[in-house]
Amino acid sequence: MSGLDTFLFIVFPYMCLVSLVVGHIWRYRYDQFGWTSRSSQWYESRLLRWASPMFHFGLLFVLMGHFVGLVIPESWTTMVPESLYHLMSAGVGGIAGIVMVIGLIGLIYRRRTTPAVFRATTKSDKLMYVVLGTVIALGLTTTFYWQIIGGGYDYRQTVAVWFRSIFYFNPQAADMASAPVLFQMHAVCAFALFAIWPYTRLVHVFSAPVGYLWRPYIVYRSRDVGGEPGNRGPRPGWDRQGGMSGNRSENNYR
Amino acid sequence: MRVMAQMGMVMNLDKCIGCSTCSVTCKQAWTNRPGVEYVWFNNVETRPGQGYPRGYEDQEKWKGGWKLDRKGRLRLKAGGRIRKLATIFSNPNLPNVDDYYEPWTYDYDSLLNAPAGDDFPVARPKSLITDKDMKVEWSANWDDDLGGATEHGYKDPIVAKLGDKVKFEFEQAFMFYLPRICEHCINPSCVASCPSGAMYKREEDGIVLVDQDKCRGWRMCVSGCPYKKVYFNHTTGKAEKCTMCYPRLEVGQPTVCSETCVGRLRYLGLVLYDADRVAEAATEPDETKLMAAQKSILLDPRDPEVLAEARRSGIPEDWLEAAQNSPVYDLACRYDVALPLHPEYRTLPMVWYIPPLSPVVDALTETGHDGEDIGNLFGAIDAMRIPIEYLAELFTAGDIDPVNDVLRKLAAMRSHMRTVNLGEAVDPSIAEAVGMTIAEMESMYRLLAIAKYEDRYVIPSAHTEVANALLEELPGCSVDFTSTNGDSSVGEAKPVPVTIESFQLTKQRLEAEHYSDLDHKQ
Ligand code: HEM
Ligand code: SF4
Ligand code: SF4
Repeated sequence: MSGLDTFLFIVFPYMCLVSLVVGHIWRYRYDQFGWTSRSSQWYESRLLRWASPMFHFGLLFVLMGHFVGLVIPESWTTMVPESLYHLMSAGVGGIAGIVMVIGLIGLIYRRRTTPAVFRATTKSDKLMYVVLGTVIALGLTTTFYWQIIGGGYDYRQTVAVWFRSIFYFNPQAADMASAPVLFQMHAVCAFALFAIWPYTRLVHVFSAPVGYLWRPYIVYRSRDVGGEPGNRGPRPGWDRQGGMSGNRSENNYR
Repeated sequence: MRVMAQMGMVMNLDKCIGCSTCSVTCKQAWTNRPGVEYVWFNNVETRPGQGYPRGYEDQEKWKGGWKLDRKGRLRLKAGGRIRKLATIFSNPNLPNVDDYYEPWTYDYDSLLNAPAGDDFPVARPKSLITDKDMKVEWSANWDDDLGGATEHGYKDPIVAKLGDKVKFEFEQAFMFYLPRICEHCINPSCVASCPSGAMYKREEDGIVLVDQDKCRGWRMCVSGCPYKKVYFNHTTGKAEKCTMCYPRLEVGQPTVCSETCVGRLRYLGLVLYDADRVAEAATEPDETKLMAAQKSILLDPRDPEVLAEARRSGIPEDWLEAAQNSPVYDLACRYDVALPLHPEYRTLPMVWYIPPLSPVVDALTETGHDGEDIGNLFGAIDAMRIPIEYLAELFTAGDIDPVNDVLRKLAAMRSHMRTVNLGEAVDPSIAEAVGMTIAEMESMYRLLAIAKYEDRYVIPSAHTEVANALLEELPGCSVDFTSTNGDSSVGEAKPVPVTIESFQLTKQRLEAEHYSDLDHKQ
């Protein structure tokens, strides 16, 4: 195992995960206002109408596939015959992947060709699309090259073992080093995506509003919160003009 | 009974001259920023007309507000929670730039920098969305004063519903202005549509707000509101809406639109309502009875039982007093002349309208009749079906009787006051014809026609003990809080509300060396 392997499959993943976790915590604390899907539907909805659902639904299936393939150890799924598992992963994964890619191409085409959407595209969006596009392109190439054209590579013996080992803090870089280079590239790019994740619009994924399913429809809130002027409590990083906020706790008005 | 207080507004449409001052001052106060160029928290539409955004009242298309399902339960018209999440990646009911309009500016620079020449330089319109040259084709009130009505008028959803009864030929046309803000609904479908729970109704005064920190830009509130009064800030990716100028209300000032209204036609006041009966009112099966259902949950602020319950809910005394003097309660419930806009959306809207008598009076006077004669007026109200059916579609889900009743009251007031003003013998039968006494009629006249500032706006300020924390404070550090025992942490000095526009206060504040020098009683 070379030094490069150690870097790519141990050092780099941990650096990226630190960035992912610390970045999200930092942004959540300091940039609630910037935390949004930044929908561009107001500018254009004819293309978005099909591209965005295709991309997102395709992606959600692909992510479920990744969960099964990477997180669940192979020994747990022995009751599923190998051929069926392969058919499921290549078939469902392949179809979901194609749907996702068509959606992604639609989204990128829309970003580039709709003047209003293009003007609203930030540098972080561009970087995000380059990295996300690379991850997806490599992932799809890998699937087609190894699982559909080739006879099938059992990544659950190597890639998945390495992936889980990272979270046990006992990284098995050798397992990953033995995997085909396409898998390696896909995985490394995916970690790069995790690294930039918190600094892009992708933060919207972590606020997926599942709580809506249980919450009462009408939300009531009292004006009388936090003791700060306005409607929210104090936020780190946002001092009030005039230098009072630092002494807030001392000024016990109420 | 669970008593809650709600800030409401009434607009007396007869007085609106369509000057759009309210829209402009509101825009200057709230939406003169990038991302909300196209946003008018307050807009004034000419009716008949398509409104802003275009045709927003067509709920079969936009699916805003609530509906009843087959079992009579209240459902969001655009679908429930699961459907909302399933369509979150692309909202099928979201109006976009074409439905509002593409905001623009002019390339003024070319006027200044054009070289000397034979041609007069022009400032081309430039899109604020794409920066490119654009053709100006629509705006927030493109069909102002029925402009283009012969061509576009039929796209007004109400005109479409009434069929070809509404005519746009000059002689047969009628029109009036409809200023609109967020209704601060008692049963707000925008709040119910927000997946992140970022929108809320304030417990104290019922104002509906978007928490800018919690909004995640899922844009479901925009389509959920049937009045299309939540807007998407395309720069920040967050929803924004009319705040009812809560920072002003909290210190007892009227909203910007009310304060600057040239016609002085806006009224602000509190109503008390029974929160336990909101669902009951919103699920009234008969759309034409929704207005009555909504009025039935508004509580009489003089009823001792209501007052006792209100005190138990923690509503402070000065607020109860404000509710008793509320012009909104008086106009909606006591004189029964204010109607809600589109009650059939089932959101229980809290901006009420006194329908205009002017189309009737105009028609009378144009044909050479006496527009203040009670017989003529009553006759005209009965004869002029079309404007009245139109008003009924706006305010009473199509039921013309309540509209008729209001117009007859306004007509009677007009006639009665003429006899008073001309010193003629007062005829009590005029007031009686509309079920009022002369005293009631004259006090309604004072509220509607004289409309003194303090009668129009009865605004209790935020609880004083809380308000201190809400008001802007004098810039300075805590050391300035010198109290007698030298302990600065007790903060005896009260912060000074700099938002209160008082020349003396401002001057004093600017000139004061020390915070403690200020006269806090002022
Ligand atoms: C399951 C939770 C998710 C939800 C609720 C969600 C929702 C949304 C919404 C509402 C938009 C805005 C669409 C518009 O312009 O109106 C959006 C955009 C986007 N989402 Fe997601 N998303 C989710 C997961 C993801 C994931 C896992 C990814 C990728 C890793 C992703 C990548 C994107 C991208 C790249 C865009 C920008 C599309 C554009 O070019 O405008 N989303 N998402
Ligand atoms: S009118 Fe205002 S409160 Fe009512 S649904 Fe629309 S945005 Fe919400
Ligand atoms: S300022 Fe008053 S009179 Fe002018 S348009 Fe607005 S509501 Fe009507």
